[in-house]
Amino acid sequence: MENWRRNPLVFWVVGLPPTVWLVVFFLAPLSLIWLLSFGEKRGIVDIEITWVLDNYARAFDPLYLQIFAKSLWMAGITTLICLAIGFPIALFITFAPQRWKPWLLLLIILPFWTNLLIRTYALIAVLRTRGYGNFALEWLWDQGNWLLTLVGLGEFQLLGEKFEPLVLLYNNTAVVFGLVYVHLPFMVLPLYAALDRLDRSYIEASLDLGAGHLRSFASIVVPLAKAGIISGIIITFIPALGSFLTPDLLGGTDSQMIANVIERQFKSANDWPFGAALSFILMYATFLALAVRAMMSRGGSATEAG
Amino acid sequence: MAAAPEAVGGGSLRQPMGPLDYSRRVWLRLSFAAVLLFLYTPIVTLIAFSFNDSRRNIVWRGFTLKYYEKAMNNDGLIEAFTNSLTIAFLSTIASVILGAMVAVLLWRFRFLGKAPYEGAVVLPIVIPEICMGVAMMVFFARIGWPTDLPWPLNLGAITIAHISFSFPFAAMVIRARLVNFNRELEEAAKDLGASEWQAFRDVLIPHMKPGLVAGGLLAFTLSLDDFVITFFTSGPGTVTFPVKVYSMVRFSVTPEVNAASTVLIAITVALTAIAMWLQNKSRSGA
Repeated sequence: MENWRRNPLVFWVVGLPPTVWLVVFFLAPLSLIWLLSFGEKRGIVDIEITWVLDNYARAFDPLYLQIFAKSLWMAGITTLICLAIGFPIALFITFAPQRWKPWLLLLIILPFWTNLLIRTYALIAVLRTRGYGNFALEWLWDQGNWLLTLVGLGEFQLLGEKFEPLVLLYNNTAVVFGLVYVHLPFMVLPLYAALDRLDRSYIEASLDLGAGHLRSFASIVVPLAKAGIISGIIITFIPALGSFLTPDLLGGTDSQMIANVIERQFKSANDWPFGAALSFILMYATFLALAVRAMMSRGGSATEAG
Repeated sequence: MAAAPEAVGGGSLRQPMGPLDYSRRVWLRLSFAAVLLFLYTPIVTLIAFSFNDSRRNIVWRGFTLKYYEKAMNNDGLIEAFTNSLTIAFLSTIASVILGAMVAVLLWRFRFLGKAPYEGAVVLPIVIPEICMGVAMMVFFARIGWPTDLPWPLNLGAITIAHISFSFPFAAMVIRARLVNFNRELEEAAKDLGASEWQAFRDVLIPHMKPGLVAGGLLAFTLSLDDFVITFFTSGPGTVTFPVKVYSMVRFSVTPEVNAASTVLIAITVALTAIAMWLQNKSRSGA
């Protein structure tokens, strides 16, 4: 690496265009939103920047606090489920034969390449009342009834009089289901990276010294993979917290998350200053999560070195 | 490290299971299979039923391509598709150029405030999409960006927004490629009389090429896939494919949407596969 003064012409030629782009078409829009969050609505389109904190104060209104709590809760549950599912998967891939590993990883990442909207749409097709999920259940119900008739229990209607399709869509469960579906690769990849680096002789030593698999897992694997676990939790949690499409398409009226409220402020409710304040609260939450991750990984590498 | 797992897990099934053969434990195999089922059932059924000859969409009634034909004859869908491809194409070119510049800047130079600069460059990657979407929407509304331009100029706002979130990704990919460039090659070229520009064009660019292609494909896929940011920057006359599908999905689940989605899945999977292959090739070639 060389000091930029040694070659200022090249430095400016490669540095200026992207920097100008970043400032004009990214930092300026963000700053604009930041300014708006301190503004007041004067008319339908007029907003005056009066440096008031009312918009932030309004976010602490119980109605919105509840939505924040709900978003944190949904993202938290999603992250936990992803961790519970992702850990065995990462473990499986880590200890798979070397030549299979890239393919197994690819199988986990592949759905991630397809458009988010299409994946969500595919989930709707599975979960809706007349969807494949209920269709499969109805088929099972029919088979069950046929079997019961066969053994002479048909007239008791043990499975109910008629098949009632389950309501799988437009509720909180559907949103969490969708969020797990979308975010699972975010969890598996960092977990795999951490587990793959792990020195296996520690696990072998633990097993040799008489600890069981669960004990070795709890006191050897988890502590050594801590940095990866934290990384996975945060990388999953951040996008889950800011999700817009999943709660919008799979959720019901009570499964709104922050992003849906923000969208409403900028579109139908037309209250830009408040929407701007909410966006910045969401952004600060993201930065906080990233800072936690940076701190933890620094702590983690320090203990690894020590 | 690389040889050890081969020795542990690579053996045939006749070998007794070692204590660390987690990949051969039945419950782990079953959970992996269950996760694959969970991940693939929705997408596979979507693709399968785009060929199903039944409107009801749940019973298989035979193979047909009629929904592809219908989707082809749906002008709104085709227009949205054309818009998406145009935006992705323009955004890719700009993202690769800007990304390459950032990559060279960060790889080659030491300068004051480099750490915060790097932070600012990755900011579009880390902030929630919704925040970027609303910021872009307000920005274009405030500066009075004209909305009644003829095609393709009316796609300007969306294209600009796409470039803003794509070029940092391209920069990361290209920078990763630059790391294993041998600077002595460039110095040798200059010693032999090449100018800064000639050395750049004839030595550095050829080395960067796999990175440029991989970064470009990534930018293309990101642009083609984006819904949230486009949703906030698109107007009634500038509908992209995901935005169009969104409005169709709100009404109903139809086989045409299945057909159109299958086409898009095929395009993105093919592009990403090419990008991965190129990256692997460039890594092993280094």
